[in-house]
Amino acid sequence: MSTVLRLDRITKRFGGVTANDDVTLKLKEGEILALLGENGAGKTTLMNILFGHYAADEGTVKVFGKTLPPGRPRAAIKAGVGMVHQHFTLAGNLSVLDNVMLGSEPLLRAKSRCEEGRARLLALSEQFGLTVDPDARVLGLSIGERQRVEILKALYRDARILILDEPTAVLARPEAHRLFDTLRSMTRQGLSIIFISHKLNEVMAASDRITILREGRIMAERTPTETSSDELAELMVGCRVTRPKREAHAIGPPRLVAEDVTVHLDGKPMLKGVSFTVHAGEILGIVGVSGNGQVALGALLSGVAAPETGRLTLEGREIGGQGPRAFIAEGVGRIPEDRHAEGVVGELSVWENGVLEHLATPEFSTHGFVRRGVARCHAADLIKRFDVRGATPEMRIRLLSGGNIQKLILGRVLAAAPKVIIANQPTRGLDEGAIAAVHGELLSAREAGAATILISEDLEEAVGLSDRLQAIVGGRLSQPVAAERADSRRLGLMMAGVWEELGDAA
Amino acid sequence: MIESLDLLFSASLWAAVLRIATPLIFGVLGALLCERSGVLNLGIEGVMTMGAMSGWLSVFLGSDLWTGLLIAAAAGALIGLLHALLTVPLGLSQHVSGLGITLFASALAYYLYRLIVTVGESPPTIDPFRPLDIPILSDLPFLGPVLFVQTAPTYLALIAVAVIAYVLARTPLGLAIRMTGENPHTVESQGLDPALIRIGCVMAGSALMALGGAFLTTAAFNSFFPEMVQGRGWICIALVVFSSWRPGKALLGALLFAFFDAYQLRLQTVVEGVPYQLFLMAPYILSIVALILVARRAQVPAALMTPYRRGER
Amino acid sequence: MRLERRASVPWTLAVSTPFVAIAVALALSAMLILAAGVNPLLAYVEILRGSLGSRLAVTETLTRAVPLVLTGLAVAVAFRARFWNIGGEGQFYLGALSVAWVGHNLISGLPPAIGIAVLIVVGMVAGALLLSGPAYLRLRFGVDEVVTTLLMNFIVILFVGLMIEGPLRDPLAFGWPQSVPVDKAYRLPDLIPNTRLHIGLLIALTIAGIIWLLLARTVFGMEARALGLNARAAEFAGVSLPRTIIGVALLSGGLAGLAGVIEVTGVTGGVTTTMSPGFGYAGIVVAMLAALHPAGVVAAAVFVATIFVGADAMSRATGVPSFIADVIVALALLTMLVALLFSSYRIRR
Repeated sequence: MSTVLRLDRITKRFGGVTANDDVTLKLKEGEILALLGENGAGKTTLMNILFGHYAADEGTVKVFGKTLPPGRPRAAIKAGVGMVHQHFTLAGNLSVLDNVMLGSEPLLRAKSRCEEGRARLLALSEQFGLTVDPDARVLGLSIGERQRVEILKALYRDARILILDEPTAVLARPEAHRLFDTLRSMTRQGLSIIFISHKLNEVMAASDRITILREGRIMAERTPTETSSDELAELMVGCRVTRPKREAHAIGPPRLVAEDVTVHLDGKPMLKGVSFTVHAGEILGIVGVSGNGQVALGALLSGVAAPETGRLTLEGREIGGQGPRAFIAEGVGRIPEDRHAEGVVGELSVWENGVLEHLATPEFSTHGFVRRGVARCHAADLIKRFDVRGATPEMRIRLLSGGNIQKLILGRVLAAAPKVIIANQPTRGLDEGAIAAVHGELLSAREAGAATILISEDLEEAVGLSDRLQAIVGGRLSQPVAAERADSRRLGLMMAGVWEELGDAA
Repeated sequence: MIESLDLLFSASLWAAVLRIATPLIFGVLGALLCERSGVLNLGIEGVMTMGAMSGWLSVFLGSDLWTGLLIAAAAGALIGLLHALLTVPLGLSQHVSGLGITLFASALAYYLYRLIVTVGESPPTIDPFRPLDIPILSDLPFLGPVLFVQTAPTYLALIAVAVIAYVLARTPLGLAIRMTGENPHTVESQGLDPALIRIGCVMAGSALMALGGAFLTTAAFNSFFPEMVQGRGWICIALVVFSSWRPGKALLGALLFAFFDAYQLRLQTVVEGVPYQLFLMAPYILSIVALILVARRAQVPAALMTPYRRGER
Repeated sequence: MRLERRASVPWTLAVSTPFVAIAVALALSAMLILAAGVNPLLAYVEILRGSLGSRLAVTETLTRAVPLVLTGLAVAVAFRARFWNIGGEGQFYLGALSVAWVGHNLISGLPPAIGIAVLIVVGMVAGALLLSGPAYLRLRFGVDEVVTTLLMNFIVILFVGLMIEGPLRDPLAFGWPQSVPVDKAYRLPDLIPNTRLHIGLLIALTIAGIIWLLLARTVFGMEARALGLNARAAEFAGVSLPRTIIGVALLSGGLAGLAGVIEVTGVTGGVTTTMSPGFGYAGIVVAMLAALHPAGVVAAAVFVATIFVGADAMSRATGVPSFIADVIVALALLTMLVALLFSSYRIRR
């Protein structure tokens, strides 16, 4: 088998951070190579260099023996490299055919050859079993369909090498299986594939070879037959930080109750008749593949979105749709999904972000004037108590790392001794140390009697922390299952939306 | 009352509609092109002023009318380039930059005009575009005097609508422009340069806007004076929203608007006892009403006003 | 070598940024002055002489700066919350007109101080109400306020024309369209006798101080700023978008309306449709040159007034068209935008 792709001694720095450090990588023809690593290990950066989105500081990229000019996606496409991004780069308002054909013709052609393009797209989708409707608007497609469009886009441009960035992050398990079957059939037709992942089991199951990346460096290379999940985990993470464990304790009375709640976002129903109950001293985990209504659920529980129908009550009082301020006042602490977009105002200082939620309370303002001294002390307090590293009350919060911003948000929530905690993807993108810290804090809040709803795509996290679990699929919630009874088969079925045959409740 | 209805059937009213619509058609097309690529161009009012001045001035200084239009378009493209450089590679606020461009381009136009034409009693004039009076066709009853006795730039504006509509809908370039306005990262990942596409669109769009200004001084009137654009640029910005970013609807919007304007001008002479200012307000009020009507349904280009930075997503 | 975002902008750099921007704007404008066949340095000296060269000139410049401080504050307050109020011109005129109406005979017989206070309130309310329209349209229908506020300017000026040719026409103005004048008792007293400079200057400075306090020290100011910087996060934290936007709009419109009040009661006495040489639009330049900071607004207003007042004298002396003032000021806005961007980066080797 000949080498189709060679990354040679790639180094890339962003400011003071080295994202890739002397990385050398080879891909052979007809092979599926898995690039395994944690968030922030440098996988995506490496693939962006290969594709020409970034130019490497050092090192070269060779495709089919020819060196690619750095920083030129067009050259990569021409050489036969296709990339399927983690966040799809499709335009929702345009048709599938438009999205696929973009860039495939000389720009100054007097008329687009749509009919040829359509025929070609249909032929490709036939050949690889990737069914799509060329005239459908992308906005109306499911996540799985959008991924197919992305793959077809690459194939349409005669890609011989396909790079997929975390392709299963948005797929339910059966869809993921189907994807890997498709990839396998592609390699039989001569394509070579790199996929990026941090999931051990799929790397073991679907690849021919595994390269492990940690802190921007290649740690090791293995084949699935000569390694085990345990070894891979250790290679990927390094010394293992032990996450704190949940201990059984008695739960209290019901705190937050949703009854048959429907939520619309942008006029579309995104939550359809969901019901749940979370008790004092309990963590209720909501698991599911992203894009199944978590955003709407998060918006409902943080007060941003109002229920269209149904009731959301806190200790028996209706609270749904009364706005974030009412939620805060009633003692609901909220950790948003996107800490940069929703959690903090990056250009404001740490102290301002620390008190923004509680600004109108007598603690932090009198007669409309901010009690700046008190607020600064509060921030200094949060920094110390929650170990927000590198922070001072005066600095702009955007200068902190994601993990430290998250600790500050967590601190802001917990310092108010909330009755209810809404934790939406609380550890997404954090390193192991920060994850352990966040988990520890959530568990001690549980000890102290807070009722917590944990919305997470990380199964290990959800099972480890939650007392009970419910799956969210297509805007609906499954019946709850006690964490002790949630084995991987049952969870897989739940997250695929197969509830009826489980037929039990916790 | 009868009189005001009779007005509706006079050919002169409908001929005036086309004439009044022409600068709006150029302006709204230009703004539409910019916005389709993702750049709001609030420089439009200044660009139109600049087009009006430079077109007029070059004819005043001896070039023929068509060269005058060409120079106006070039001046517009240059101002557009400035706005594009500030908002695309530098990623500055499109609102503030656009307003700055309007202030700058208008001031520059007045300044350059005053350099050549010193203060006098009445502004000097040029020999403007004459109505074409197309043989045979112009003799058709009603349609003749409405459609076939317009000045040449009016026909140019109508052709421009067809060209822009075709380019956007049917060519690879048009697809790339639409995609840049929806999701510039996609364009980049297909190896095209969204920044270049945006700069090109803003320049071409500004050239169109400038033609709209030049129409005022070389066809509708025959001289240049300060404040002559009178908010037509802002009305065009409103019309783009009203048209849902589609060239065909933009033409319709401009015509509808011009109709009300032409009608109110004629009503003024018929209806007595109503202050003329109320009639003059109508176009602006109408623009606001149009915005309210479509605001919720408008399909805004997804990446409008989002600066594009390479490698950031 | 490449650009890198600064962790924070040192205050020396922040303060020097507008000066660099103005210098660049002057250098660029020099080329246009050269095109007029005049030595740019000479022209700039004439501008300074015309605006600061004598006691009278200084008072004229300060008189011109007063409404600019207020329209500049109006823009600064609005832009901080990313509420694009471009309608300062209209709010200015409506403020002025309402004061002429009320101040002519509706409140005769009040003590002067109270009468002036009433007029100030009337003008501010007029401006605030005018801007609350676009604010409501944005909140209720999602209509972009840029276009609505801009279009309102034209509507208001036509309305002013209608009123001063009709019900509010000054019968003593010999056919010249001008509104009835404000009762002499309610004119702002002169600050320096025998000049046009009136105590409006002190009012404007006091207001600038109050606005600074409001923006920097109060819950409202902090919430408005958070909303402008990241609306989603601010709303998540419980800041009410509608309440804050309406508050900002009322304040911003009120300030621009106040500018109209001060100009009528301090300088013109009555309203004409040409009484503002673009105070509303110049307010945008003033606010941007000040980087939206209230203290900076005062300095920037004096700068803009200096250029405008000096340009007329310079034009008479050298023949360079006085429109050069508009060019300089507009260029200063654009160069300031670029300078602000670059001051937040540094060059790394």
